[in-house]
Amino acid sequence: MDQETQSDAVQTAVEAIADRLSVEKQYLTELDSAIGDADHGANMDRGFRTALERVEETDGDPAELVKTAGVALVSEVGGASGPLYGGSLMKASQELEDGITAETTVAFAERYLETVEERGKASVGDKTMVDALTPAVHTYKKSIEVDDCEPIEALGRAVDAARRGVEFTTPIHAKKGRASYLGWRSVGHQDPGATSTLYLLEELLDVATEYVDGEVVIDAEADEVPEPDAEDVPADGGE
Amino acid sequence: MVGIVVVSHSERAAAGIREVAREMGGDARIEAVGGTEDGRIGTTPGPIREAIEAVADDGGVVVLVDLGSAVMNAELAIEETAVDAVVADAPVLEGALNATVAATAPSATVESVREAAEDAHDVSKV
Repeated sequence: MDQETQSDAVQTAVEAIADRLSVEKQYLTELDSAIGDADHGANMDRGFRTALERVEETDGDPAELVKTAGVALVSEVGGASGPLYGGSLMKASQELEDGITAETTVAFAERYLETVEERGKASVGDKTMVDALTPAVHTYKKSIEVDDCEPIEALGRAVDAARRGVEFTTPIHAKKGRASYLGWRSVGHQDPGATSTLYLLEELLDVATEYVDGEVVIDAEADEVPEPDAEDVPADGGE
Repeated sequence: MVGIVVVSHSERAAAGIREVAREMGGDARIEAVGGTEDGRIGTTPGPIREAIEAVADDGGVVVLVDLGSAVMNAELAIEETAVDAVVADAPVLEGALNATVAATAPSATVESVREAAEDAHDVSKV
């Protein structure tokens, strides 16, 4: 997949996430009303709408576009989600400087998780986005590096792992974030940050699948149609 | 002089804490930042960085924060500025009061002001 197609894939992913969050906005806010400050849906929706506008205005390689989205989230989200989602994208974008390959996406995922853990000082079991993210990142890495999966299959397994992680947040007691102030009253509620993390991963899987299967004809503009060999690139680990 | 920045989710809370702290350390350089740029409850790193830069001179800056996202956004703001600034692990109002008094000492450093702020952890109220 050439650089232009990769950049286009990043933009499509940001757009897909922005669309998904606008659909899920109310549900995320309902989850956050139960155990937080009831702003997660609105914050994520506003953040990704701004990220999409900025990404559309930017003409850059995939790393620059991901960084641009991160900067927009940091300035627009206005809560812990700004530094957690945006700051982590900014840091992890450095791993995509050589383009999007199986190897760079594993590094990207690990860097993203590491930044979230450092910034939020949260671990698995604290009832946060880390509960969805950790199994997803570990599963992705293992599927590629140990099981030799194609990146799409690895990402599919990662999404399943994140979904189980989200389910795991419901019966546990929050130890980080606003929900931790509720103590035992947080038990029985699904974590909004873990949930939105799952939505991001689901949309990434959808967009990656479209691009890798070579089904995408972008905006009907002939000069942006993926190269005929586009589907081979992520699978063999790079260009 | 060491500068002080008070960060709260609420603009009025931040301003009120600055008001209380100023009563004790009138000469200190202290800025209050609260709420998001569009007036909601929350914090964003941009205005925190501007406040750090506004109170900074040669002495560096100590930042007092309230809840979780204020800590994360203050840390991001510090990473984005060249100013020598630290977040104090202290209750925001008592910490701001201690820091403001400590900052007016002629020998004050970022470390001494941060320690004074963090001493507020040990204050027993009743």
